[in-house]
Amino acid sequence: MRLQYPSDIKIIFVPCTGKVDVLHILRAFEKGADGVCVVGCLEGDCHFISGNFRARKRVEQVQKILDTIGIGGERAQMYNLSSGEGPRFAQFAIEMDERIRKLGPNPMKLAKKKAA
Amino acid sequence: MIVADKKPIEEIIEEIKNHEKILILGCNECVTVCEAGGKKEVGVMASALRMYFLNQGQEVKIDEKTLERQCDHEYLEEIRDVMDQYDAVVSLACGVGVQFMAEKYHTTPIYPGVNTCFLGVTEERGVWTERCQACGECILARTGGICPVSRCAKRLLNGPCGGATKGKCEINKELDCAWQLIIDRLKALGKMDDYEKITPIKDWSTERAGGPRKVVREDVQQ
Repeated sequence: MRLQYPSDIKIIFVPCTGKVDVLHILRAFEKGADGVCVVGCLEGDCHFISGNFRARKRVEQVQKILDTIGIGGERAQMYNLSSGEGPRFAQFAIEMDERIRKLGPNPMKLAKKKAA
Repeated sequence: MIVADKKPIEEIIEEIKNHEKILILGCNECVTVCEAGGKKEVGVMASALRMYFLNQGQEVKIDEKTLERQCDHEYLEEIRDVMDQYDAVVSLACGVGVQFMAEKYHTTPIYPGVNTCFLGVTEERGVWTERCQACGECILARTGGICPVSRCAKRLLNGPCGGATKGKCEINKELDCAWQLIIDRLKALGKMDDYEKITPIKDWSTERAGGPRKVVREDVQQ
């Protein structure tokens, strides 16, 4: 398909979004990620039955934590698509990229620079 | 197990904001099972706190450690060598662990990281319910293995109060009437004769009413 999507998105493969934990997402932010989106299978289509529902709950937990500590919950998002929907993935990637650009860089980066 | 619930991060931030070197200390026992204070919860809290303080421009060192238990001397001793590196500890153990830490490390402030709730069971993941109030004089043999002290809102010992409707308690429609459960179970066991026996006045001095309690077992003492 040779679809275009923003080159600043780093993909981390997991066997199922159910593997993604709150801690994994938080660590990404702690290390300076500007945003994290978890892209799972369509709801109801999880090969492991409830992996993507678990992921959604965890992303919601992360959003609450990020809002509390002043990083901004919007920086974490959950998307769903089927494995055959390449163009949809590209669309989500562009959407996420735009959202994060509006929010600006992760405040952690600036704070780390100041502290250094 | 002892069931605890997470404390809001805002509350913990408020407690520790004036410290600079903080240890987040988890417990591998009950609070791990009820997902409130185990290694994972320690990691999440420490990560969130590190980001919060960095974002505030405050230089705060936040380390993580999880002990096997916080209610035994030998496990608490494991951190003696590193305690001088911290000016505060947030203990994610139950209230017992927090207090034992405070007794052992007298000069370091120990803050609770969870709300300790009750002695209970995991009904399903994410749902825990109370089963025991540690009254010190178990009557389960006479009540079909269902405890009216912990599960009846009025702690009645001789049958239901009359306020229950369709087997549910009058204080909450979702709460089973403990005495309905007891009667159903005694029927299933063919022991309804037990229900007719009058339970004498319970000695509540073994419960919290008698002040803080103590168990001394000379047979196992060294």
